[in-house]
Amino acid sequence: MEGNLYPLAVFFGAIFTNNILLVNYLGMCPFLSIAKEFKASVGLGIAVIFVMTVTSVLNWAVYEFILEPFGLEYLRFIMFIMVIAAFVQLVEMIIERVSENLYAALGIFLPLITVNCSILGVSLFMVIREYTLIATLFFGLGSGLGWFLAILSMAGILEKLRKARLPKGLEGPGITLIITGIMALAFMGFAGILPIS
Amino acid sequence: MAKGVVKRTFTKPIGKENPVFAQILGICSTLAVTGQLENTVVMCMGVMFTTTLSGATLSLIRKLIPGRIRMMVETLVIATFVIIVDIVLRAFAPDIWRQLGPYVGLIITNCIIMGRAEAFALNNPSGLSLIDGLATGVGYSYVLIIIAFFRELLGTGELWGIQILNPDWTNWTIMVLPAGAFFMLAIFIWVVKGAIIKEAQDGR
Repeated sequence: MEGNLYPLAVFFGAIFTNNILLVNYLGMCPFLSIAKEFKASVGLGIAVIFVMTVTSVLNWAVYEFILEPFGLEYLRFIMFIMVIAAFVQLVEMIIERVSENLYAALGIFLPLITVNCSILGVSLFMVIREYTLIATLFFGLGSGLGWFLAILSMAGILEKLRKARLPKGLEGPGITLIITGIMALAFMGFAGILPIS
Repeated sequence: MAKGVVKRTFTKPIGKENPVFAQILGICSTLAVTGQLENTVVMCMGVMFTTTLSGATLSLIRKLIPGRIRMMVETLVIATFVIIVDIVLRAFAPDIWRQLGPYVGLIITNCIIMGRAEAFALNNPSGLSLIDGLATGVGYSYVLIIIAFFRELLGTGELWGIQILNPDWTNWTIMVLPAGAFFMLAIFIWVVKGAIIKEAQDGR
C-alpha cells in the first residue's frame, strides 16, 4: 500500500491487527505484574506511549544516519538500548525537576520501561520492516496506544474477576494469560479492516 | 566450594524457582518462538549461552561496577553476548534467524537474564554464577520445548517439520495463532501450580 494513507494504515495496524502485546507478545512481564492495579496500569500505559513514540523516532535517526552509513548495523542492539536507557533517564530527571505531581504519578514506572521488551521490540521491528520516518512515528505511537488499550482492558477485567472463585492453580498469572488469549482472539476480528498484515 | 551448594544452585532454577512458571519471567519469548520446535530449540540455545556467560562475566567484574550505573553495565554485557548470538545465527542458520526476527535481539530485555544478574551474579563468585546461569537456561528451555512440542504437534500435525500424526488429522489452527500460545502457557502454569499445591497439602 503506497501513498498518503500508508502511515495511517501502519498506525491502525499497530493498534488493532498487529497489537504489540496480543499478536507479538511483547511487554508481557510488566503486563502480568501491573495489570492487577487499575491506576498503576493507566500510569504505566501513558509512560509507555510517550517513551515508545519518542525512542522509535530517535532510534530511526540513529539507524539511518549513524549505523547504516558506517556499516555498523550489527551494533544496533547496543545503540538502541543505550538510546532508550538514556532517554528514560533524561525524562525522569526532567519530570523530577518540573512537576512534582507528574513525578509522583509516573516516576516509579519510568525505570521499569527500560526493561520493557516492547520498547526495544518496536525499534527492532522498525528496522526489519524498513519504515520511513513518518511510518516509524505512527508505528511507535500506534504500538504504544495498542499496549495501553490491552493493559487497560485487562485491568478492568481483572477488577471484575476479583470476587470470582477460581481453581487454586489458575489464580494470578494463569487466569491473566487465559484472558489475554481470549482478548487476542477478539482482536483477530479486526483483521479484516486492513488489507496489509 | 561445597558440593551441596553447587547442587542446590543447579537444581533450584530447574524446579521450585523456575524462571518461567514460578517467577513468570521471560514470558515474551516463551510465547513468541514456541510455534515451531526447531525455532524454539535454537532460541533456547541462544538464551542458555547468554545467561551462562553474562552471569559469569558480571560476577567477575561485580566488585568494579559502581552501584549507580549497575543496570547500564549489566545491559551492555548482556547485549554483547546477544550480538554474538545474532551474528552466529545469521551466519550459520539464516532461515531460522529470519523467522525469529526481532526476538533474538529481544533476549537483551528478557527479564530472566537481567533478574539473574541482579539477584545472583552480583553477590556470588563467578563459578557459582556460571552454574546458576546454565541452570536458569535449562529451566527456561525445557518449559519452552514442552510448550512448543504441543503447539507444533497439535497445530500442524508435524514435529521438527516432519509429519507425525495421521494426515487425516484436523489441525488445531488456534495452536499456531497467538491465542494458542497464551492458552498453552496458562494450562502449563495451571498444571504445575496445581501439582505444587497438592504436594504442599499432602505434606502437611
